[in-house]
Amino acid sequence: MGKIEDLEAINGAGYQLTTLDKAVGLARANSMWPLPFATSCCGIEFMATMGSNYDLSRFGMERMSFSPRQADLLIVAGTISKKLGPVLKQVYEQMSEPKWVLSVGACASSGGIFDTYSVLQGIDRVIPVDVYVPGCPPRPEQIIDGVMKIHELVKTESLRRRYNDEYKNLMKTYNIELKNDE
Amino acid sequence: MKDIIKENTKLAPSFFDSKESIDGDIATINFGPSHPATHGIFQNVLRVDGEKILSSEQTVGYIHRAFEKLAERRPYNQITPITDRLNYCSSPINNMGWHMTVEKLIGAEIPKRVEYMRVIIMELARIADHLICNSVVGVDTGALTSFFYPFNQREKIYELYEEVCGARLTTNIGRIGGFERDFSPEFHAKLKTFLKTFSKEFEEFDSMLARNRIFMDRTKGAGPISAERALEYSFSGPNLRAAGVDYDIRVMKPYSSYEDFDFIIPVGVNGDTYDRFMVRQEEIRQSLHIINQAYKNLPEGSYKGDVPDFYLPAKEDVYNNMEALIYHFKIVMGETEIPAGEIYHSVEGGNGELGYYLISDGGRTPYRLQFRRPCFIYYQAYPEMITGSTISDAVLTMSSMNIIAGELDA
Amino acid sequence: MNDSVKKSLETIVKDKFPEAVFDYTADEPSFTISTDNMHSSIELLKSNAELSFQYLTLLGAIHYPERTGEELCMVYHLHSWKHNQRVRVKAYLPIDNPCIATITDLFIGANWLERETYDFFGVQFIGHPNLKRILNEDDMDYFPMRKEYHLEDGTREDKDDRFFGRF
Repeated sequence: MGKIEDLEAINGAGYQLTTLDKAVGLARANSMWPLPFATSCCGIEFMATMGSNYDLSRFGMERMSFSPRQADLLIVAGTISKKLGPVLKQVYEQMSEPKWVLSVGACASSGGIFDTYSVLQGIDRVIPVDVYVPGCPPRPEQIIDGVMKIHELVKTESLRRRYNDEYKNLMKTYNIELKNDE
Repeated sequence: MKDIIKENTKLAPSFFDSKESIDGDIATINFGPSHPATHGIFQNVLRVDGEKILSSEQTVGYIHRAFEKLAERRPYNQITPITDRLNYCSSPINNMGWHMTVEKLIGAEIPKRVEYMRVIIMELARIADHLICNSVVGVDTGALTSFFYPFNQREKIYELYEEVCGARLTTNIGRIGGFERDFSPEFHAKLKTFLKTFSKEFEEFDSMLARNRIFMDRTKGAGPISAERALEYSFSGPNLRAAGVDYDIRVMKPYSSYEDFDFIIPVGVNGDTYDRFMVRQEEIRQSLHIINQAYKNLPEGSYKGDVPDFYLPAKEDVYNNMEALIYHFKIVMGETEIPAGEIYHSVEGGNGELGYYLISDGGRTPYRLQFRRPCFIYYQAYPEMITGSTISDAVLTMSSMNIIAGELDA
Repeated sequence: MNDSVKKSLETIVKDKFPEAVFDYTADEPSFTISTDNMHSSIELLKSNAELSFQYLTLLGAIHYPERTGEELCMVYHLHSWKHNQRVRVKAYLPIDNPCIATITDLFIGANWLERETYDFFGVQFIGHPNLKRILNEDDMDYFPMRKEYHLEDGTREDKDDRFFGRF
């Protein structure tokens, strides 16, 4: 569960007080279920990150969720072509709130060296991205650093993010329907 | 932003329009593009009766990156990074295949030492490539442990690459004409340790699967192909050898001094998943044997050929010598002159015959560069190989064929 | 290359197709033949017991915009197991009517290579079982490997050409 000292809390003899947001954020951050959307070279480096040398399970992430319905972190590793764009968007739409996106590698972030007719110039033209990891491909250390950045976001995210106007407008610009049942 | 994604794009027209989708017991299943069992982005539309596959249709091109068009716009030395991303499990073979193609075109003399150094790196890459394929076969049969063991070995090979070129996966290793520097003392030390320890650790992995009753029952007879059919489909590499044809470019058309080494070409009998697995395992042993020979007999000499057009001059020369400055400028701007010509050169890549058909018109970039991508050619046989088998066998067949999306989709 | 193989190749092909033009300047022998005779010449190379070019290595196209009337060049690379020798067969097609017979009946592995060539260059393979785009999207309306088309996507707005040395 991570270090409880990280929490901004009121400590007393035998009890600790904090806000619900922070407690839930800490729990979420340390038990993420990532969906690896690995398409090409970066996918192999992501596999290396999962391997025993770099060991992603140290961060509570060893449970890869291949079903988008049960994932809260979409890890896009590799080139996304225009042909694949609709698929990626569909996968993102299927994920349930709250959800975050980690874009691994130059191709996913900007198209990379493939400034060509068939490659989507960055997945942020299709879905919103939280953290970009540079590199072609990024080393496992960089991927882990990206995951740490995601953890920071998750820890501080409001529980009611999906209801705030900023988030709703963001989704509107991507033409993604929010399934909020208020 | 909104126009990029067409609304309601149909992923597979044949799937949705099919009249047979609910027709008695026959169902149509959309397997992919994003599916955990495909290890990459492939779409298979399967017509199944119960769990038996009646027919299937493949859609490829989800990672089409226009390599061939890109290569027409790039100077020769800048094409190496593109070749990295073809079969990214064994990038050094692709890099060096390209270097040898250009050397063949310009007629460069390459020192023996460079050829031996290349052999060492290329065989390391072959080990890395086959390890990843076989580990994934293990995962698909339900043995996740067999994913972690080979990845430790791969990390050691990555460390060796890092000593040579600084990169792990997309290596961009070497230059047209040789290497950027000689092997460092650290590389020698690490390679010696690797040669000493690899065999034992690899046999540990091998003993987990090779004679494992469950694994054998699971893989024998899954996704077979006969030698005749494989040849008609223009198979090459381990998949063809598993079907029983001893076709290996390293022997048929030796390049980079492969004729100096003593190694055998393992062949299978049935062309099924087990044979493909075993052929790759044996090739790893043979590669190790080749590395041992090449390292033991590594000749003295220069680490590069005499190709000033592709080597940046030393920095102090650039500042003090007009000619060196001109060379530096020409190389950096990609203005190297290349003779006109037409060359086909092929190397034995991780997946088979990796060919480069290069047409130069004397300009700074290739006029046309076509890659012979073994994956793309043999993936056509996939529907035939899985017809009549179950879906779980189809998954296994795909991973044992080592379909690499980057190479498949160019 | 072995001279006797070279000679027998030229004799056998010229015997049946006198129009074939041989070229030995490149690394491997090649000959050019008319579009109509392409299929039968490959059939000859494959079925002739002395030559036995029974393995299709590669096929593809090249676009030469300046050659009027023969802008597209189809290249077939065949490999002979018997002689461990490759040969290239070339045929030139006009760009306004790029039609050539398919060789999928001879080599089943030519299927996707021909689809790829259609996808990139728009060459129509007559008799191909399933001639549609393979790598690009189905609704793409041009053939991207032709020289007149740009590498970059024309509709992109995020990258400013001036910063990349392109105008």
